[in-house]
Amino acid sequence: MSVLLPSNKSRRQMLRSMMGGGVVSLTLPFLDCLLNANGTALASGAPIPTRFGTWYWGMGHTPDRAVKPKTATGPGIEFLDETKALIPHKDKLNYFGNFNMPLDGRSNYTHFTGWVANRTGSAPEAGGDIPAPTLDLLIADEIGKGTRFRTLDVSSVGISRENYSARNTYNRAAAEVDPVALYDRIYGPEFADPNKADFKPDPEVQLRKSVLSAFTEETKDYMKTLGAADKQRMDQYYTSIREIENQLALQLTKPEPNEACVVPTRPGELGSQAVAKVREMDSVVETHKVMTKILAMAVACNQTNVFNMVFTDNFANVRRVGETYTHHLLTHEEVVDAEKGYQPLTYWFNEKSMEGMATFIDIIDSIPEGEGTLLDNCLIFASTETNYARLHTIDGVPVYLIGGAGGRMKQGMYVVGGGDPITRIGLTTMQIMGVPVQTWGTKSLQTSKPVSEILV
Amino acid sequence: MLISKVKRYLGQATCVAFVTIALTACGESEPQTGGAPPDMRRLTVEQYRNVVHDVFGEHIEIASRFEPLIRTDGLFAVGASNALITPSGFEKFYNVARSVAGQVVDEDNRAVLVPCAPVDMARADDACSRQFFAEVGRYLYRRPLSESEMETAVSAANEVADQFDDFYAGIEFGLTGLLVTPSFLFIIDETEADSSSSSGLRLTGYAKAARLSFLLWNSAPDDMLLKAAAAGDLHTDKGVERQVERMIQSHLLARGVRAFFEDFLDLEKFETLEKDTIIYPAYTINAANSAKEQLLRTIVDHTVNQDAPYPEIFTTRSTFIDAQLGRIYRVPVTRPDGGWEAYEFPEDDVRAGILTQMGFLSLFSHPGRSSATLRGKAVRELLLCQKVPDPPGDVDFSLFNDPDAPSRTARERLTAHSTVPSCAGCHKLTDPIGLGFEQFDGIGQFRVAEQGAMIDVSGNLDGNEFGDAKSLAQAMHDSPSVPACLTNQLYSYAAGRAPERDEREFVRYLESEFAESGYSLKVLLRDIATSDAFYAVTQPKNKTEDVRAASLNSKTKQERGS
Repeated sequence: MSVLLPSNKSRRQMLRSMMGGGVVSLTLPFLDCLLNANGTALASGAPIPTRFGTWYWGMGHTPDRAVKPKTATGPGIEFLDETKALIPHKDKLNYFGNFNMPLDGRSNYTHFTGWVANRTGSAPEAGGDIPAPTLDLLIADEIGKGTRFRTLDVSSVGISRENYSARNTYNRAAAEVDPVALYDRIYGPEFADPNKADFKPDPEVQLRKSVLSAFTEETKDYMKTLGAADKQRMDQYYTSIREIENQLALQLTKPEPNEACVVPTRPGELGSQAVAKVREMDSVVETHKVMTKILAMAVACNQTNVFNMVFTDNFANVRRVGETYTHHLLTHEEVVDAEKGYQPLTYWFNEKSMEGMATFIDIIDSIPEGEGTLLDNCLIFASTETNYARLHTIDGVPVYLIGGAGGRMKQGMYVVGGGDPITRIGLTTMQIMGVPVQTWGTKSLQTSKPVSEILV
Repeated sequence: MLISKVKRYLGQATCVAFVTIALTACGESEPQTGGAPPDMRRLTVEQYRNVVHDVFGEHIEIASRFEPLIRTDGLFAVGASNALITPSGFEKFYNVARSVAGQVVDEDNRAVLVPCAPVDMARADDACSRQFFAEVGRYLYRRPLSESEMETAVSAANEVADQFDDFYAGIEFGLTGLLVTPSFLFIIDETEADSSSSSGLRLTGYAKAARLSFLLWNSAPDDMLLKAAAAGDLHTDKGVERQVERMIQSHLLARGVRAFFEDFLDLEKFETLEKDTIIYPAYTINAANSAKEQLLRTIVDHTVNQDAPYPEIFTTRSTFIDAQLGRIYRVPVTRPDGGWEAYEFPEDDVRAGILTQMGFLSLFSHPGRSSATLRGKAVRELLLCQKVPDPPGDVDFSLFNDPDAPSRTARERLTAHSTVPSCAGCHKLTDPIGLGFEQFDGIGQFRVAEQGAMIDVSGNLDGNEFGDAKSLAQAMHDSPSVPACLTNQLYSYAAGRAPERDEREFVRYLESEFAESGYSLKVLLRDIATSDAFYAVTQPKNKTEDVRAASLNSKTKQERGS
């Protein structure tokens, strides 16, 4: 939450303005949600926080080959060929089918409207328009303050601007695309190892903080002469400075011992051969694995409580060795095999995406934490921008909620949407994560109805 | 401004009689405009790099990537006027600032880059710090530091120096601070009262200097320009013209023109360009880098060094090649060191102009094949400033996925698109142009057949028939939309925004002057840089609703295919 907002502004007012002017009604904050509901704790006695993440893949699913439809919400998900990699995790996630995305006459900006509406609760009014903050940032405003990074944004597909986390069109963080840069950013000299016995605050850090604050105060005079739009931009600038000051302040405090935190090995630099094929699917899979390990441990080490991973981008600029078309182009140009009843090359990519999701879950679930694993204390919102990419359909966009959410969410459920707005899933997610919101979204995407069937 | 006023004085009727005075004075006079609210533009990566290199030297390394800008109205320069700095974006700026400051004061550089030596290296030195921040701050902030800003920098430096017993540590911390302030990271239009202006405001001399230097040199003002600003010269026509003339004559103009064309042609896409090396064994990252460099070298040489007519960039046979490109074009290179050399394609060669170079042809293709649609779309949107509508969201692709009649050439594949009404609207705009380049594959190698079928490269550009890529290039050369588009985008680039409604007449005036000059880019730059319109400001807007309205009206687009 912006530290520059007037101090007499109520929490309700703040949230309303954060949500892009959409109609929002609020419950009282249930701050206790921020901590693990199972009552488990780290060995040090500190309670385990519940973390939030997103995982994104481009191009949706192949019809009739991903998840077997059900007619009623209930336990048990039947994964088909394309999603068979998820079978070992079937009791650690929920699948949401048949939720719709009504646009009230607005255009479906292909491969764009889907993720924007799903993550912001509002349909864009133009290509590129991001009308409201994405849900990860609303959650980060609740749970991201006490960590070094408010969010960590990562992409394994090599396109830094394709990060599906934004406060608005122009306030969109870039994703880290280089595993080495990601590693150095997290585990570089500023990283305080919680399990190191000899913590000593670095006096240089205190000085850096005080110098930064002095320059910040100096330049506030500008605010008086700017127009309203530029004042807002400057507000964001000061908010960003506070984040760095916060990072510096945390470096002065000894972190709680945390046995889950084991600093990973620094990855090797990519050679020019590897750089030349960043978007070959096999490279994406490998990069995703390496970056997930770095990211997951950053979460376990309490460097962040909110993370975003892009496996492949919304235009799926990913390719297969020797194939003339990218995944995206194949969805449109590849002929449906009459015998098989689907597009075989496209299917190959979709299957790889689901294997990627399984790897993501595996890695997070492999880190012991408290009495369980890191996955037990995470809620991961995994989704895409389309249902059937070949036709650009956005009704029925698949969504998975993965992890135990600190004991606040049931798992292994198939949830039938029955054509309800897809925002019900986002609303539920935010409520589980402690965002005090009762109504979310605009126009026909607006909803006040959480998916109660998955709530504990 | 001077020329404009001469024109106003002479008027159209007397112009002919004074033809020997100045041919450029024979056009229209500059239409009056109201300007736009003061602007605040985030430095681009290149601008950041140029400023640091201009101030401290090119040996200072800037290793990090910054947060990308959003391309708006066809330009990152316009996106820079809306850009925010997110927390992770600020973190990158902060880390780069620390790295730059550390390099400036390291033992190899401090003697040169810090203009004085402290009395005692182990202690704070108020006078030397003050001198350093006064000299450096003036370039970084594009104006002298205020007394209060100076106090902040010097106090910070002194505090750190005392703490660490190291004068240079103090300079390092203070410089880091300067490099992360809004005064450095944003080019801020500072204004002052001006009773002669309809808005009651004008840009300060320093703000005018910054506008000029970032337009013409893509960097901060130099000493002479800052002195001109301090002396009030930039509030006079003569003063502006003197500086503009000097800057246009400078070798740094090439850097400014290069930056504009990188933006105008969306060459940032090279950062994510990737080709399948099984399909295109000749493609390497080095070849891609050379392809981008060739485009820019050709354009800069043509428009700046030769001062030749802009539309001829589509037909010129003159270019530059290196060993990487020699392999793609199958022409011998003579330099044994693999460096750049001037090259002229023979008159009967299939290539002429920038659209037949590897840079354009590979950038607007798929990783494993050419794309008539992407190439046609690029020509329409980038070079002709014509919007190709977003694809509809409900296309049924099965209509042209006929397994019984597989297509061999792009023309066969795309024919289906042009016969389906929901597709035809866009594809008729893009494909007839793009098909003209089909004799060049996805990385720009020449071919005559695709999958055994001869490639037909005939087509038409807005009614002008062409038979191959060279005659398409000639059609581009002759198209009135080509210079009109450049004029509009160059003014948008200069102003950091699309022209306001009351500036349309001014843009038409620029077009007419451009034509009259024989399409000299230097003249167009001079006309913009000396115009009243370029500096005109209105009162700032004070309603926050403007932000969202502006965002929605700016036609921001996902610049991709369907």
